[in-house]
Amino acid sequence: MTDATNRRDALKCLGVGAGTLFTLRGGVFSAFDLAEAQGDMGTPLFLQISDTHIGFNKDANPDVVGTLNRTIDMVNAMPKRPGLVLHTGDVSHLSKASEFDTANQLLSRLKVSELHVVPGEHDVTDGPGAEFFARFGKPSNNRGYYSFDSHGVHFVALVNVMNVKPNGLGGLGDDQMAWLKDDLAGRSASQPVVVFAHMPLWTIYEPWGWGTGEGDEIAGLLRRFGSVTVLNGHIHQIVQKVEGNILFHTARSTAYPQPQAGSGPGPGPLLVPADQLPGMLGVTTAVARKKKLSLTDATLA
Amino acid sequence: MKSGILACVLLAASLSAPAAKADDAMVVMKNFDFSPMDITVAPGSTVTWKNLDGEPHTVASRDGLFRSPALDQNDTYQFKFDKPGVYKYICSIHPKMMATITVK
Repeated sequence: MTDATNRRDALKCLGVGAGTLFTLRGGVFSAFDLAEAQGDMGTPLFLQISDTHIGFNKDANPDVVGTLNRTIDMVNAMPKRPGLVLHTGDVSHLSKASEFDTANQLLSRLKVSELHVVPGEHDVTDGPGAEFFARFGKPSNNRGYYSFDSHGVHFVALVNVMNVKPNGLGGLGDDQMAWLKDDLAGRSASQPVVVFAHMPLWTIYEPWGWGTGEGDEIAGLLRRFGSVTVLNGHIHQIVQKVEGNILFHTARSTAYPQPQAGSGPGPGPLLVPADQLPGMLGVTTAVARKKKLSLTDATLA
Repeated sequence: MKSGILACVLLAASLSAPAAKADDAMVVMKNFDFSPMDITVAPGSTVTWKNLDGEPHTVASRDGLFRSPALDQNDTYQFKFDKPGVYKYICSIHPKMMATITVK
């Protein structure tokens, strides 16, 4: 397939009516004025990419480099590109230096000004995540969790793959929970908040560890805010929930799909016919529009 | 079940150090479980783990004595158990995968 074809496909994907649109209701969105004023209506605030799994080479997708490249082409071909990209983890498949190097090389082609990355469990299989933090540890001073503000929105990067609970759910651990409480305390409830981590921050399916042990406590800290968006990867498919002003959303992978919760022996790669694969891979785009944050999921199909 | 396990793990005994009468053993990771989940070997035995799943797994002892890198499908990892004891371990990626090696 040529670049030109890719680009046309990408534009088609991102056009009106593509993907699924989720819109937050209620809350106070005044800070979004900043985001909206910053550009034309419809300029994405940020984009989420997830589960690139560079190093994976099995039947479910023998060419994860190729599908990431197509994803990047799609983003670069967007008529209005966001300034920020959030990568919600599993950059690599086996935490190998060579995998991270390849991923970094590919991701550097993204025509965006900032890339924020949180680790997935595949990125820290050595325990401390040495290779991950050597490349992506700087913004957090090697803790992995950190926050920053952009266009009036408060972004919080969390790590829930390094204190995994004995039952398999993700975990933040006491230090990070204390930091999170402190980070959110005193912040205006009218400021939109975007929280991103690798594993789902709410329980989607406990037997497969699709959730986070401190999930309820985290939701409790976020409930008072008028607009909260909680983004995760890990499960390689879209699942979402709205609870009050909190929108929970998981992104597709750029590498391979996984089975729906409870389907089969476990959450491994799902082999689908080759012509169906592009429709199961993609990115999530967030747009501040009419004082609401809308998420759109575009696929490579 | 246990006798089946022992029959399975007694292979290659001739390669082991004769003094300890070690039994080398094989554990596979399949469908997000270690199998067998509990085995007993003699001191000096080498245990080999092999991941048969399409999803990577690790072998990580609770006390930190041994820890494999991420094992892709069909990758193996070995550890030699010299001292008697009960060694509990998990897959650090999927901590619900729990198993035990007993050395005596």
